[in-house]
Amino acid sequence: MDGFFSTYVLPTLLMIGETLLLLVCLLLFIAYALLADRKIWAAVQLRRGPNVVGPFGLFQSFADLLKLALKEPIIPAGANKGIFLLAPLVAVTLALATWAVIPLNQGWAIANINVGILYIFAISTLEVYGVIMAGWASNSKYPFLGALRSAAQMVSYEVSIGFVIVTVLLTVGSLNLSDIVLSQRDGLGTMLGLPNSLLDWNWLALFPMFIVFFISSLAETNRPPFDLPEAESELVAGYMVEYSSMPFMMFMLGEYAAIMLLCSLTTILFLGGWLPPLDVAVLNWVPGVIWFVLKVCFVFFMFALVKAFVPRYRYDQLMRLGWKVFLPISLASVVVVAFVLKLTGWA
Amino acid sequence: MGLQALFFYIFAFVAIASAFMVVASRNPVHSVLFLILTFFNAAGLFLLAGAEFLAMILLVVYVGAVAVLFLFVVMMLDIDLGRIRSGVLEYAPIGALVGVILLAELIVVLGGSFVSPQVAQNVGVPIPDFAVRSNTAALGDLLYTDYVYFFQIAGMVLLVAMIGAIVLTLQHNRSVKRQDIATQVARNPQTAVETRTVKPGQGI
Repeated sequence: MDGFFSTYVLPTLLMIGETLLLLVCLLLFIAYALLADRKIWAAVQLRRGPNVVGPFGLFQSFADLLKLALKEPIIPAGANKGIFLLAPLVAVTLALATWAVIPLNQGWAIANINVGILYIFAISTLEVYGVIMAGWASNSKYPFLGALRSAAQMVSYEVSIGFVIVTVLLTVGSLNLSDIVLSQRDGLGTMLGLPNSLLDWNWLALFPMFIVFFISSLAETNRPPFDLPEAESELVAGYMVEYSSMPFMMFMLGEYAAIMLLCSLTTILFLGGWLPPLDVAVLNWVPGVIWFVLKVCFVFFMFALVKAFVPRYRYDQLMRLGWKVFLPISLASVVVVAFVLKLTGWA
Repeated sequence: MGLQALFFYIFAFVAIASAFMVVASRNPVHSVLFLILTFFNAAGLFLLAGAEFLAMILLVVYVGAVAVLFLFVVMMLDIDLGRIRSGVLEYAPIGALVGVILLAELIVVLGGSFVSPQVAQNVGVPIPDFAVRSNTAALGDLLYTDYVYFFQIAGMVLLVAMIGAIVLTLQHNRSVKRQDIATQVARNPQTAVETRTVKPGQGI
């Protein structure tokens, strides 16, 4: 009986504890990311943004949560009830499930699996189902149009994201996320004879891919300027039109969890994960998780700025960008990077 | 080992139940969603068998891309449920025939390894030890080193099929306005703006 406890019960409890800790931290972080998003947006437009609830509006997200939780969820009479309620659950569960493999620091991943990056890619390709199911189950025109748009959009941009990831994997030689971060300790900077620094990270060596990845991740998460699935000026709110109260909140939560995930994926693939920007003692004393969160915040800041000052794309331009610009660039870069690595013997 | 068996039975049971529901559910969209659930559980079974790469690729390719297009098409169709139901019995023999053939093939494949120890040995050989080579690298060896020509030929066949499908269905519709980014960018004030002096009291 003692063996049963130490082999099954204890690891399970430990895993549940770790998962809960990560989720609580993540949800708190998302609450403040939402606020930061609105504040940055407001600052660009010379407004004050949310500033009433709590000091500087710091409790705004919690007030919104409370408001949404207390409202009545309305299910349209013509809706397919089961799928209508399943859709937000799918969206939020998948968005949170991907966080299992993200390494926040050396060895700080709940599941440090060999195919970590493929796992993230696989689960985030499934996120489109939440949107499609919501659009179809609502049994209404605007949500359905939004769902169709988003299905095409997300599938298109996954292709270029996939190729960008392949270029990074070629330089790293592993599918494990921790290995990807550790491989960035040495890079372009050390080849030039400089000490370990932020010049070693992949963003410099693969700069065009960094840009393609950033823009594709905006499209993948339906962020402005690619928020056509919910374009409020033409589709009212796209696939979310019929949703209210808690189901709506779950969509919002899933959306921001996916955004945070892509921010941290950018950090891991291009910005050196938990590594400090300079290999000096003072910066090495700061825990890696702080660097990780700072880098994620930096990427999110760029996401928020793009939302504030880039106008929405037209749908055919969006498709043109995905298929005629990003796909050839990323495909060519896979070939070029593979050739360079093979001919120089760096791989 | 106990946990593995537990997860195996969960995945296997859900996979079979949802595969049954693909056929049995009345609404085609529900059928597709159950099909996706079946894929998902099959990926879980792959994971348990140690084929982590295959599991993830199954999710990316089948669930993430193929099934999305499937769902897309089924949702857009205007399906008359009554008409579909009326044809069920007509097609039942064909379905049964396909089922019997699949069952026979499964019996041949699995039965062979039970009957002959030689076959069982061969089945066990191609899988390298996980400690020596991860199965992503092992698959890469097979596809890109050992059988690279076959892999390239398969790619060419798919490319030809894709181009063929596009050629057959592409129709240039003259009435649709298209955007030509190059001409837009090349526009300058000289070509775009015309200045005219208009006399008072007269139009242009």
